[in-house]
Amino acid sequence: MTAKGRNFLGLLGLAVAVAFLIFAPLSFHRYGIYILSQWAVMTIAAIGLNLTLGYAGQVSLAQGAFVGIGAYSAAILTTHGWPLIAAIVLALALCFAIGWLLGYPALRVQHHYLAFVTLAFSTLAFLVFRNELWLTGGTEGIDSVPRPSIFGLSTTSHLRYYYFCLFVLALVALAVLGLVRSPWGRAFVALRENPIRAMSLGVDTRRYVLMAFAIGSALGGLSGALYAPLVGLVEPPAFALTLSFNLLMMVIVGGSGYFVGPFVGAMTAVLLPEWLRFLESYYLILYALLVMALLIYSPTGLVGIIDRFLVHRRTKAASAARAALGASIEAKAP
Amino acid sequence: MANFIALVIAGLATGALYALVAIGFTLLWQTSQTINFAQGEFVMLPAFFMLAAMNFHLPFWAAILIGLALSMTILGCAFKKLLVDPMLKHGVLPLAIATMALSTFLKESVKTFYSAEASPFPSLAPDADLHILGVAVSWQNLAVLVVALAAMVALQALLNRTRLGRQMQAAAQNPTAARILGVPVERMILLTFLINGALVALASLLISPIYLAKFTNGETLGLAAFVAAIVGGYNQIRGAIVGGLLLGVVDNLSAAYVSTQYRGAIPMALLIAIILFKPNGLLGRAEERTV
Repeated sequence: MTAKGRNFLGLLGLAVAVAFLIFAPLSFHRYGIYILSQWAVMTIAAIGLNLTLGYAGQVSLAQGAFVGIGAYSAAILTTHGWPLIAAIVLALALCFAIGWLLGYPALRVQHHYLAFVTLAFSTLAFLVFRNELWLTGGTEGIDSVPRPSIFGLSTTSHLRYYYFCLFVLALVALAVLGLVRSPWGRAFVALRENPIRAMSLGVDTRRYVLMAFAIGSALGGLSGALYAPLVGLVEPPAFALTLSFNLLMMVIVGGSGYFVGPFVGAMTAVLLPEWLRFLESYYLILYALLVMALLIYSPTGLVGIIDRFLVHRRTKAASAARAALGASIEAKAP
Repeated sequence: MANFIALVIAGLATGALYALVAIGFTLLWQTSQTINFAQGEFVMLPAFFMLAAMNFHLPFWAAILIGLALSMTILGCAFKKLLVDPMLKHGVLPLAIATMALSTFLKESVKTFYSAEASPFPSLAPDADLHILGVAVSWQNLAVLVVALAAMVALQALLNRTRLGRQMQAAAQNPTAARILGVPVERMILLTFLINGALVALASLLISPIYLAKFTNGETLGLAAFVAAIVGGYNQIRGAIVGGLLLGVVDNLSAAYVSTQYRGAIPMALLIAIILFKPNGLLGRAEERTV
């Protein structure tokens, strides 16, 4: 297949996916729309983590905490009468700043040590959510978080709020696509592949590590700010370490470092358990088994399987073309 | 003062348990770069093997042996062959994620196939206090401390004083050189997984009478083991022991004197401080396996 053909197929796939996301929910039940909104919200957080982990190579187990910080910011501000947009801006700024600070340990330690620093941060954030009654409502959490009005349109209906989330997701996707294709994105990848070489080529690795953390965390905060009005209730257990683990699992299962990875990963993590629900209490067991089997079969995740398949076909096509060329040269030779 | 000493002793007992679990964690990291996020669940599970064996009217000692054997086969051998071996060549991260999925799998399986309720578990020691010089120490804690310390001393002796132990250390430190010198590296790695299986079974046996056997038991324990392993020094067994004991004492004292609400924060603060200022842990050496 030619490069043009692949691009065409990619665009066709994108068009089908977007058409599905826009039109399919019209025929969905309330719960179906709710689950799809949850997918959109979690995808935003996973895109952020994919930027930090997949592109820049910095392991973070704190993304769930940032979703929590964003959710609490939105819940606290909107229940005090602020518009959601203001809360979103604040959540973005707050998580950007905290993410930047959390990046500093990453300048000193790497890999599993970094994972544990961020893990400790997650635990501390959870304790603050649970214990600071005056701010977060403690174990009770904050309930009846209002849905926003966007341009005078109330989003109380699940469908309208879903479209709002989808719209934000589309904005995030475009922005991140622009980012990873810019020199910044290439600097992130250089950081992941070979930090020493990146530094010797003049990439300011310090700044980019901090940036990777800050931008990734800010997207986590955005996701949280959308999560709070979606669910309507913000309570500590939702943002425990499990959420960070789940988000990490989404990125890896989808395919870390691939742009579409988080979309696919969030789909498996949010939708697959719902589809397996007919198995009742067995569904989580089966889900965990599927994740393990997938990772054994393809450690680069679901997108990795497709990628491997495409590369395989491309090499086969290339070698066939080479063979044909060789044959034609031989035929021409006297 | 008597209260303080009692707290420290209780802390040492908890810490000895943390240390047992942390040692296994460290062993797996040293020999095969496995960050086992299911280590807590590994401790939770053997108690249920033992309870299941006792449901067949076996005596307690036989149930312990069966639990130990199952733990070494499933959590040691099968874990290595089915999950670690196929994934190891693809780097640390996918394997770490797979162990997270494994932890969900183990937890949910116990909840579904055994019980979602906490089950009482027979104890090795009588449920009473021992009074020495005005300090009350529970027999339970004393038993935990003695058994765990004995296990650690035995393991240290195995690793440092025997030919087998030195072969294991060689396999962990430099597999290539060890192989050239005729050390059966593969068998040594398998052996560390079996030792981990035995250690978690022992920890399970010691901890379940105190907290009851429940499918959620692994959650806090796994985290404590990570913290202990890192605080002490990720690449040293002695480090895991010191880290575990220190963490247990700090945990107990902070619960009593600081605040119960932020009890969980102190080990985490300790962890962050150690990683930032002494990344190789209190006793650790600089890791040679970088880049």
